[in-house]
Amino acid sequence: MSMLPQLFFGYFAAAIILMSLLVITRKNPVHSVMWMLLLFFHIASMYLFLNAEFIAAIQVIVYAGAILVLFLFVVLLLNLKDELETDRFIGSWPAGLLVSVAIFVSLAAALKSLVLGQSGNFTVALVQKITHTKALGQILYTEYLFPFEIASLILLIAVIGAIVLAKKRMRSH
Amino acid sequence: MNDLLALPLSYLKPLGFLGELIIILLKIAVVFVVTLLHVAYATYWERKVIAHMQLRLGPREVGPFGLFQPFADGIKLFFKEDIIPATSDKPIFYLAPVIFFVSALTSLAVLPFFDGFVVADINIGLLFLLAMSSLGAYGIVMSGWSSGSKYSFLGGLRSASQVISYEIAMGLSLVGVMIMSGSLNLTEIVRSQHASPIGVFVVPQILGFFVFMVAMFAETNRLPFDLPEAESELVAGYFTEYSGFRFAMFFLGEYTGMLIMSSTATICFLGGWTLPGFVTNALPFLNIVPGIVWFLMKVYFFMFFYYWIRATLPRYRYDQLMAIGWKVLIPIALANIVITGTLKIMGWL
Repeated sequence: MSMLPQLFFGYFAAAIILMSLLVITRKNPVHSVMWMLLLFFHIASMYLFLNAEFIAAIQVIVYAGAILVLFLFVVLLLNLKDELETDRFIGSWPAGLLVSVAIFVSLAAALKSLVLGQSGNFTVALVQKITHTKALGQILYTEYLFPFEIASLILLIAVIGAIVLAKKRMRSH
Repeated sequence: MNDLLALPLSYLKPLGFLGELIIILLKIAVVFVVTLLHVAYATYWERKVIAHMQLRLGPREVGPFGLFQPFADGIKLFFKEDIIPATSDKPIFYLAPVIFFVSALTSLAVLPFFDGFVVADINIGLLFLLAMSSLGAYGIVMSGWSSGSKYSFLGGLRSASQVISYEIAMGLSLVGVMIMSGSLNLTEIVRSQHASPIGVFVVPQILGFFVFMVAMFAETNRLPFDLPEAESELVAGYFTEYSGFRFAMFFLGEYTGMLIMSSTATICFLGGWTLPGFVTNALPFLNIVPGIVWFLMKVYFFMFFYYWIRATLPRYRYDQLMAIGWKVLIPIALANIVITGTLKIMGWL
């Protein structure tokens, strides 16, 4: 019975790899997006499995609910007839494969010398007791407030940039 | 509290597991049957309400007062021919109504109908509801695209942008409730509401309530925001090409969505299954009424409101819809967050 966590992890890890492959190999981009949706739900389950329920919910709301729908929007407006006839991969894909295999091998080799970081105050029992949302909020708005604000500022710049680009195009018409 | 997290752990308890499983399955069966009956009679009630508002009588042929009309409609839909367009993308055409219906039904799992009765009492109940409602958008977009028809496609595109825009306003309008109750668990939200001086969040959160109500109509694609299925322009929008039981899944999903939105409004703003403390203090005999009665009465009020608005307001234009969402509702919701947060820090809440 104590095998169960490993079984859970094994299933999700295998399914995530399989779905990532399906996403990049589908001819029809809409089908790719649907596999990606399933992939995001599996990633959310992984977070849930790690007691990170808040991140799991945000994963679904932000990635599946907003970003992927925007992907879908762009994909839906493509001319699918042309899209289905072009090849999925550009000519130099073996070079890309070689690089990724090399990175994978070097990461796998480096895994032997992995040292786990120091564990902090938040043990699994404590996180379950005060709920994950509260734990994350507390640490994000006290200890990591500065990096959090910097991240928000970067996002704000991206938003302003998008508006500036759209405005410029409107004036030129 | 941690039902969702305790689920893997509960496998380790060989004795208690079977019992827990049976209890959960029974709860799911009860919620499922009661909700589908509510959906059936929500359609009947809607036709009656709108008929009387338009000085008609509404359905009255099948059974006494037309009470068996929903079953007649259901049987008819079951036996209709299932037509699949030749230009459709088959797998996605099959999948889309299922995604739409399942995402609506899954949301029922986290709703506390009365004290202690909830299928999965998870810590992130409110976020779960938002996540499932964003999953429902896929059913609409995919059905619009996979039908291979221009009307469906335009309906699907309209719906996608509408649902995404109003989801932001809806999520932000609930932040005030989260700040006031200090929890995302729906049962906790109701309890903290009951403990607050007024007993309902609708009074201190009137701005959030207003934004939620408007966003609720847009999220369920109901009038005055039913542009994805505007019949004068798009035949029936995203489900134009669907027939028989696949159409019924969209229909059931839409009414389940309305019930879930009404329940969410009840839980977050009107105190769920509780009555405000000053009411039960003044009229103590109300304490013997079970909580589910109050819960259902509040939900029926919101459902009636849906029908009332449908019979009263004309449809908005698409650019007006987008302007309301982005230029009115989102700023109001953001202002509400700032006000609520400030009051919370000052200790006035």
